[in-house]
Amino acid sequence: MTATADPAVTDKSADELEFDRMIEADLRIEPRDWMPEAYRKTLIRQISQHAHSEIIGMQPEGNWITRAPSLKRKAILMAKVQDEAGHGLYLYSAAQTLGIDRETMFEQLITGAAKYSSIFNYTTPTWADMGSIGWLVDGAAICNQVPLCRASYGPYGRAMTRICKEESFHQRQGFEILLELMRGTDAQRAMAQESVNRWYAPALMMFGPPDEDSPNSQRSMAWKIKRFSNDDLRQRFVDMLVPQAEVLGVTLPDPAISWNEERGHYDFGDLDWNEFYEVLAGRGQANAVRVARRKKAHEDGSWVREAARAYADREAAARDDAGRMAS
Amino acid sequence: MTSPGDSGGRETWPLWEVFIRSSRGLSHVHAGSLHAPDETMAVRNARDLYTRRAEGVSIWVVRASDITSSDPDAKGEFFESPQGKEYRHATYYKESEAVPHL
Repeated sequence: MTATADPAVTDKSADELEFDRMIEADLRIEPRDWMPEAYRKTLIRQISQHAHSEIIGMQPEGNWITRAPSLKRKAILMAKVQDEAGHGLYLYSAAQTLGIDRETMFEQLITGAAKYSSIFNYTTPTWADMGSIGWLVDGAAICNQVPLCRASYGPYGRAMTRICKEESFHQRQGFEILLELMRGTDAQRAMAQESVNRWYAPALMMFGPPDEDSPNSQRSMAWKIKRFSNDDLRQRFVDMLVPQAEVLGVTLPDPAISWNEERGHYDFGDLDWNEFYEVLAGRGQANAVRVARRKKAHEDGSWVREAARAYADREAAARDDAGRMAS
Repeated sequence: MTSPGDSGGRETWPLWEVFIRSSRGLSHVHAGSLHAPDETMAVRNARDLYTRRAEGVSIWVVRASDITSSDPDAKGEFFESPQGKEYRHATYYKESEAVPHL
């Protein structure tokens, strides 16, 4: 490590100065570049949490694949759940470039050392929930994820670009599920409205706590991992939702929503952050079920992974033998 | 030398890097990585993971551990040769600027 010319000005190493310069110039950091340990840790935490969310996020919808109301809806839902598996894999790969292996990430998920988005701890009792998840949950996710395509860490930004391309179909298909219900019978309209009532607030909480209670946000923004604050993104989301709700003909369950001419944004009411922290602490509707199912799927699949590995090893050995005989 | 994307160690399956040709006439471009027990499964997994929307007409996979890369700590020296050799670019030649078809 070379010392800088004037230690009175900075005690940073040359590596760190170069890192700062690249962040300042809006260049991307790549896996083998020097990076501060805290930057690496923050990224591992965020990317793995994001990957876990995609993988756990398959469950609330997987629940409806066999019960979807038509073959078309089944096929769409399967495609969406398959995308989520893919998104999880892109993100696990991105996290691995930071020097953590997948087994470790899996263990962190199972033991609760790593979190995933609390939204997936809510249950999906009705078909309309497939609509609400697409419209509200994926909508909030997209709002959050589009700026992440420009995250300062190259592999994360690239994974997010791929994910965002695929995610827009998710939101539209959800919107159209709700639209179809709203064009249906009274019972179908009631089902759609009841589902939106349940998902609206949890979807808004997906952006994380208010800025004043989100101490790590500032640092992530300085590192250009995050580009906008939690509250800014939440506001952007509400501004998009209100006109969409009008198209659907559903009511957003917040009487405080009203257009604020002065701000040029919709005002909206306070959220119940106690609920958010309760779910985060493991006391949501389905926390235990989600993790237990993930663990079981991993364990049930272990013989497949081992058998495939054994087959690959045997084939490789056979090729080596054939190679030796030929030479 | 470590390979890009290889976090080593505990995985049951090795890591593969995936390259996709998006249409005829274009090069294969790095799409991402995945785990697979062997090259046959790696190609199949790559199809499922990276071409669900007809993004490719051809796939290459290579074991991450088989990739050798330039040394990131020496990138300054390693890539300094073109510095100051602007004459390798057409834009260096100003006298001919207004001449047609040059």
